[in-house]
Amino acid sequence: MSIVVNNLIKKFGSQRAVDNISFEVKTGEILGFLGPNGAGKTTTMKILTCYMAPSDGDAKINDLSILEHQDEIKKKIGYLPENNPLYHEMPVLDYLKFVADLQGVPKIKIQDRIAEMVLVCGLNVEKHKKIGELSKGFRQRVGLAQAMIHDPEILILDEPTTGLDPNQIVEIRKLIREIGKQKTVILSTHILPEVEATCDRILIINKGKIVADGTSEMLRKRARGEEMVQVQIKDFENRDLVVTSLKGLDSVAIVDFVKESPNSFLVTSKENQNSRKDIFKLCVQKNWVLTEMTPIETKLEDIFRELTTN
Amino acid sequence: MHAIWVISKRELNSFFDSLVSYIFIVVFLGIGGFFTWLFGSDIFLIGQATLQPFFSIAYFTLFFFIPALTMRMLAEEKRIGTIELLLTKAVSDWQVILGKFFACLILISVALALTLPYYITVWALGPIDHGAVWCGYFGMIMMSMAYIAIGLFASSITNNQIVSFLLALFIGVFFLIIFDVLASSFTGTVGQVLNFLSMSTHFDSISRGVIDSRDIIYFFSITFLGLMLAETSLSKRNIVE
Repeated sequence: MSIVVNNLIKKFGSQRAVDNISFEVKTGEILGFLGPNGAGKTTTMKILTCYMAPSDGDAKINDLSILEHQDEIKKKIGYLPENNPLYHEMPVLDYLKFVADLQGVPKIKIQDRIAEMVLVCGLNVEKHKKIGELSKGFRQRVGLAQAMIHDPEILILDEPTTGLDPNQIVEIRKLIREIGKQKTVILSTHILPEVEATCDRILIINKGKIVADGTSEMLRKRARGEEMVQVQIKDFENRDLVVTSLKGLDSVAIVDFVKESPNSFLVTSKENQNSRKDIFKLCVQKNWVLTEMTPIETKLEDIFRELTTN
Repeated sequence: MHAIWVISKRELNSFFDSLVSYIFIVVFLGIGGFFTWLFGSDIFLIGQATLQPFFSIAYFTLFFFIPALTMRMLAEEKRIGTIELLLTKAVSDWQVILGKFFACLILISVALALTLPYYITVWALGPIDHGAVWCGYFGMIMMSMAYIAIGLFASSITNNQIVSFLLALFIGVFFLIIFDVLASSFTGTVGQVLNFLSMSTHFDSISRGVIDSRDIIYFFSITFLGLMLAETSLSKRNIVE
């Protein structure tokens, strides 16, 4: 099940919540939707799930347009809305049955699907309680269970891990990974480690526009082209000599001191070059002891901040 | 059809799981029974085997109770956001509206069915006009349909149940009294139109045992208009300017 979004626009009054967005999601891909509050993540999801019509543009889900084939599309999508709204007065099992019925799951299959969802989402201990009596984490699981009850080919999850404790977050991520093997998943979140942990691809949007699109490695590379390593060297006589020798290497562009540790240096390579081999050879040649060499990765946080503040 | 029934069933369950339906039925039967048998122009006072006293009191109780039943239906779903959940399932806006409409209508039919012992008792007391009784029940159902549609419309335009309740009463009171009062102070075409708009004109003629196509068209028009406005206001989110 592929999703193709073409020049999607949604206006609220004069404000453009979604401004000419185009992207594609392939089958079996987990796409992370990232962006600050009010960036247009939820609006895009609401349009894809046929809750709202776009002001302009189109989205095709397996070649079915959201403007025309809403009924077929709704059957293929499982959706967990923001804030996970649920009928609090309904018992968990009744609620799952209601949703399955509504999504047109055949009568004979409903019990099997409910049993499976209860197992997959770990609802067994709480299944006879009313939803209003459950803790937030369990409600989130009920939300996930209702989204997956009809075995949809596409899952759209709006902030699936809000309000969960760290253990539950790990479980839900594992669950999403598991589901993502066969299904197309789009999830939105503010939590950056989450996208790194679960998503194959990241889409950062800001003020209704896509500002970055790619895997987390690709985004890192884009944010900082040069490689950076922290080097710790021991048994040398003169710090300045070390710096000049390092600077003298062909592949090295900048060398900085590290404040906290007098033996450490920050070495930035020239563009598209790798300096680690040269540094090692230099140390061998000068008889210095190389005790540490750590590549410094740009944090996704930095990329996110860079792209979404201006 | 299946989706409508699934939604109706859920609404009915939520009526019967909470106290709403029981309170509604008990109070409806209580007030109806009190004024039919014990107080005011009750059956023993007028000395006729007729259910007319019951119908005229039910005419007012339903006017108050139906908005209380419908006020929650869409307003609450919009407030807590479950409407989004519902409308992203494989159902259309119309199916949601109709599901809720029928749930409410079924509950009222149950309450009306529970008044059948009144009918049987009166029948035992004297010669009753069966046609008029059945027409009376039929008129009650027709009137309920119109009020439910108005109530659903009121519920669809707000997130607040109280606003929805008061609005439904406000719209309802025009059909209940105001058009009637205005009709008597106007003459000519305006008077006729206002008279036609008044619900009592149509309800009275049905409960006397005369089923006229004009009355049926009247009730169906209000019902349809109310439901259509509710659907429109629900699908407002799709408006593209």
